[in-house]
Amino acid sequence: MPALKIEHLAKTYPRKRPLFGAAPPGVRAVRPMSFQVETGETLGVVGESGCGKSTLARMLVGLLEPTEGTIEIEGKALGTADPSEFGKLIQYVFQDPQSSLNPRKTIRQVMEAPLKRLHGMAKPARNRRIAEIFASVKLREEFLDRYPHEFSGGQAQRIGIARALAASPRIIILDEPVSALDVSVQAQVLNLLADLKTRFGLTYLFITHDLAVVEAVSERIVVLYFGAVVEIGRADRIFANPRHPYTGLLAESAPVVGRSLAAPEQKGIELPDPLNPPPGCAFAGRCPRATDLCRTREPELKQMGEDQLAACHYPLEN
Amino acid sequence: MSAFLTLLFRNRLAALGAVVIMAILILVLNIPLLPLHDPDVTATADRFMRPFAEGHLLGTDHLGRDLLSRLLHGTRLSLAVGIAAALIAAAIGSAIGIFAGYFGGRTDNIVMRGVDMLMAFPYILLALAIVAALGPGLMNALIAVAAVNVPFFARNIRGITVGLAGREFVDAARLAGMGHTRIVLTELLPNVLPVIVIAMSTTVGWMILETAGLSFLGLGSQPPQADLGSMLGEARSAMISHPHTSIVPGLMIFLIVVSINLLGDGVRDALDPRLRSGALSRPRATTLVKRHGDVPPTTDDLLAIQDLHTEFHVGKRNLRAVDGVSLAVKPGECLGVIGESGSGKSVTALSVMGLVASPPGVITGGAVRFQGEDLIGAPYESLRQKRGDRVAYIFQDPLSTLHPLYRVGQQLAEAIRSHDSLSKAETRARAIELLNDVRIPNAKSRVDDYPHEMSGGMRQRVGIAMALANEPDVIIADEPTTALDVTVQAQILSLLDDLRRERGLAIIFITHDFGVVAQLCDRVAVMYAGRIVEEGPTQAVLDAPAHPYTKRLIACVPELGGGRRELAAIPGLPPVLDDLPSGCAFAPRCNKAAKSCRQGEIPLQGPALRTVRCLFPERTL
Amino acid sequence: MGGYILKRLISAVPVLFGITIIVFLIMSLIPGDPATAILGSYATPENVEKLNRDLGLDKPMVQRYFIWLGNMLTGDFGRSFSLNRPVIDEVLERFNATMILSGTSFVLCSIFGILAGVISAARQYGFADKAITFVVLIGISVPSFFLGMMMILLFAVHLRWLPVSGMYAIYGGGDLSDLIRHLIMPALALAAVATGVVARLSRSAMLEVLRQDFVRTARANGVPERRVIMGHALRVAMVSILPVLGIQAGFVLSGAVYIEIVFQWPGVGRMLVDAILARDLLVVQGGVVFVAACYVLFNIAVDVAQMLLDPRIKT
Ligand SMILES: Nc1ncnc2c1ncn2[C@@H]1O[C@H](COP(=O)(O)OP(=O)(O)OP(=O)(O)O)[C@@H](O)[C@H]1O
Ligand code: SF4
Ligand code: SF4
Ligand SMILES: [Mg+2]
Repeated sequence: MPALKIEHLAKTYPRKRPLFGAAPPGVRAVRPMSFQVETGETLGVVGESGCGKSTLARMLVGLLEPTEGTIEIEGKALGTADPSEFGKLIQYVFQDPQSSLNPRKTIRQVMEAPLKRLHGMAKPARNRRIAEIFASVKLREEFLDRYPHEFSGGQAQRIGIARALAASPRIIILDEPVSALDVSVQAQVLNLLADLKTRFGLTYLFITHDLAVVEAVSERIVVLYFGAVVEIGRADRIFANPRHPYTGLLAESAPVVGRSLAAPEQKGIELPDPLNPPPGCAFAGRCPRATDLCRTREPELKQMGEDQLAACHYPLEN
Repeated sequence: MSAFLTLLFRNRLAALGAVVIMAILILVLNIPLLPLHDPDVTATADRFMRPFAEGHLLGTDHLGRDLLSRLLHGTRLSLAVGIAAALIAAAIGSAIGIFAGYFGGRTDNIVMRGVDMLMAFPYILLALAIVAALGPGLMNALIAVAAVNVPFFARNIRGITVGLAGREFVDAARLAGMGHTRIVLTELLPNVLPVIVIAMSTTVGWMILETAGLSFLGLGSQPPQADLGSMLGEARSAMISHPHTSIVPGLMIFLIVVSINLLGDGVRDALDPRLRSGALSRPRATTLVKRHGDVPPTTDDLLAIQDLHTEFHVGKRNLRAVDGVSLAVKPGECLGVIGESGSGKSVTALSVMGLVASPPGVITGGAVRFQGEDLIGAPYESLRQKRGDRVAYIFQDPLSTLHPLYRVGQQLAEAIRSHDSLSKAETRARAIELLNDVRIPNAKSRVDDYPHEMSGGMRQRVGIAMALANEPDVIIADEPTTALDVTVQAQILSLLDDLRRERGLAIIFITHDFGVVAQLCDRVAVMYAGRIVEEGPTQAVLDAPAHPYTKRLIACVPELGGGRRELAAIPGLPPVLDDLPSGCAFAPRCNKAAKSCRQGEIPLQGPALRTVRCLFPERTL
Repeated sequence: MGGYILKRLISAVPVLFGITIIVFLIMSLIPGDPATAILGSYATPENVEKLNRDLGLDKPMVQRYFIWLGNMLTGDFGRSFSLNRPVIDEVLERFNATMILSGTSFVLCSIFGILAGVISAARQYGFADKAITFVVLIGISVPSFFLGMMMILLFAVHLRWLPVSGMYAIYGGGDLSDLIRHLIMPALALAAVATGVVARLSRSAMLEVLRQDFVRTARANGVPERRVIMGHALRVAMVSILPVLGIQAGFVLSGAVYIEIVFQWPGVGRMLVDAILARDLLVVQGGVVFVAACYVLFNIAVDVAQMLLDPRIKT
């Protein structure tokens, strides 16, 4: 049984109706997408800014109502978006560690909320649990009575992780958890996350724009482009053997020591306009392989090789 | 709280305001204890006595009533009514604002429509209409003044709440299982409260004025009861013959409102976190220079940064952001500067042309020489002439670094015409040519775009075009691709590389990405805590780092193609700049640190162009 | 742009509706029998009944509102009993005087306020900044009616430079120079507070803007400092100053009530206060609705100016 299974999950943000005339079609931030995350797996989600990563994440934790589709956690379907129902099963670690902590609450108050509200624990039980969690994220207990501004980014992110753990979730959504951190601190947090995963048997959905990071932490990777899944594959192969031209472009663009600089081959440079999406394949404007078929029919996600899927009419060969 | 009071009273004017208003408050609260005449007893025989008359310190009014007594009673009334109006308006307005702001959507829409409706009146019309309906009287004036101020609070607090409700900690609270009421009360309210207090402290003076105004018109307190406004109103008819009866209450209103305003400003400054650090000060046209020590001698580099020291003086703290940095570039050369956030890369770069925000920045030592000429001590005009003309910048975030309200063509034209007097048509042609140079498709129509109409990559191309506008000799690029997506970054990097080869530009390229440095730069300097710890040809430094920090930094950055793995982390945090350890700044995190590392100055040493600042380098150079 | 103006005008319709509803509701707060309230307690029963019928007060509230609204749309604001003439005539005549006074003050406060704010910000912590801050503090703290009275004492009574009050001299006045002589003091007294508010806001808006990255870019391009401040920075600061000017226009109109009383200026404000004291509610109703409607139109003009200033606002 997969830890998380989504089917046809989609989000369309409605647009304001103009004074005269009908409402324009909404912005399709996430197009219907389906995938699953196995228990104990880390699934990486990569994509450029605006491709729908955070919208997806917010739907998964119940902060945002999906327009269509279903979310299933450990076989149990979750109904309408209600964070307090989702909270016990799935938690969220935010990109900006500072702004995810209320500046006017002590860390203890922050940590107690999920224990009290989600699990209805009594005071002594709460204290024990907080001590436990703090030990596991390697934070000192004296931090509990301080306020968020007294912490560095790395420490604040540990607190964010501790708060997520306090709900005892099965799955944690990590939304760019290290991109606001310094490189030398980044590694500390990534290692901590890996450690916690084995210790508590967690399942991760790791969202990032950094290919090297996602490759280093995940088992499988989902590549998003313009609100849709364009490729899914094993982390150790997907960038070395991309099937979708966009994945190929991403892999070539990443700066790598020892590789010479050459602007990767592509025609257009602009992303498609979300208010006025092109028909057919969203990548066609930038794709060197695009044909008329691509510009008229949207490619579907198809199995390519044993554990790779890509949505492309003319996939790259191995 | 005590921190707040300390901050408040550091502001001497606010303290003065507080003292005056306290004194007035104490006086009027103790009225029953004071030996005053009855304020309402008339004595027509003693009309219009001048101040300092016997038995009447401030004289008497047109009915012979004691002015001092009336003044104190009136003050008490005015203060009470003004403060009550402020409290009522703040409570109701804030409640509406928080409600609308938190729930958003249709609720917000309907509520704010109503508020807009009320704000569509010049406020006094509304107040007059209310008084007209309820009839003149102090209580009704109070209601009117409170009512017209409700929309101001509602709108103000709603704005703040909308901002807060979108913050991630509110999402986190929802995920922790909190309900709406609890979130409003425990997450939002504590954060909104300072704003409510600020809004109140800056409007209470205003509301006192307004109630006094209504009374002045005869619509507030009714005789014989008098507040300051009605005292002034009654005295007006005798203003020319007996001015003291007008001046006394008028000055009192002024005194109250001035001191409340002073206090209110102080409260605002003390509560507003941005003002607290003195952050809201205007950066001067060039960085302040207070050089100590000798100015280093000339070299024959195109641009040489020599033993540069730049500090930030924030309150009592002295942040040594750049602490003795020396770098140099020759024509056609690309020098990378790499380091973690806060290591002083940007400050080094900005110091070159005196662009470090000042206050709080101060250049305290060293020199920056462009073709031998020292820029640090140069007068403003000669520096300005070189800015953009000889040394140009490309900044990180292309959205915030371009002017939001000018078309990109206008901005390019302005950059050109600050140094060249070309005609309008010529500059436009040149702007289009520049956009073509940076490979913007349809340059002819794009030249009339506003920055917000372009994508991030396009905007950064405009930023590069602007830097190229006057064919500079050196371009300083401060993380020009950090805000961009990888695919766009690759394009921008190759564009920069082409331009450099075509035009023989010298580039100082700041980044925190080793991959970028490796692809673009000939040489690289690694910075840590405001100093250069290692410098050398890119290949040599990356292949065989000599400084323990460089080595471990490279190790802890994952690299594409490396597969799933444990990363080698560096324990600890970078040091704080106002409390640097003596000796090697990296010592607390270094696994090779010895006692000798923690004392004395460790020099940057090694053969020419390959140096390291470490006593026990990873390899001998 | 035409489309934008049209859009704003259309969106003003519900606001105007709202205004009439609010005024109507407030007026129906009047306790007891409105006709008695209007005519006073000495009115004969016949008079009361007649007035009730004239005003349509015997009908249900909703119907009454629409009758009132319909009349107003045809320019019929009712008849003032205290002045014994149609309300609209009186309002139009008075509004003219108010516009001269508050229009002048508004122009003064905009120009001097922004200028003072910009100078203050550009010379932050310098002498000019401190002096301006001090004057501004006094300006926003002194009640305008008291300021007006003191000005009369000083300039009219003691120095005899300017006339004490009124809009024109009673004998031999009436030309433009006479008007200007009468206008100087009230316009300045009225502008004082608004100038202070605008100056404060402009200063902080400028300080805010001067710290933004694009200012650094302009400087890095070698744009002369004067251009940086008066061009780049002020242009962006205006985006936040302009709405405040719109609000200040309302404050100037409001302050005009006091100033009109102090200087015996024959404007709407004085008319309203007199009408309230005389309980002539039709005049209050009509005057309030008329001035509020004009203010709504003025704010549309501000919005259009804002749109012209800021291309990021979608038309
Ligand atoms: N305006 C300022 N006021 C106070 N301190 C400042 C200011 N600007 C920079 N600093 C301090 O100077 C130090 C160096 O900052 P700098 O911006 O040069 O770092 P950086 O290496 O460019 O970092 P990043 O990678 O984040 O851009 C930091 O500690 C920072 O806090
Ligand atoms: S479907 Fe066509 S346009 Fe889209 S990625 Fe594949 S080849 Fe390119
Ligand atoms: S000087 Fe000493 S502490 Fe510093 S890096 Fe070298 S070995 Fe480590
Ligand atoms: Mg920087």
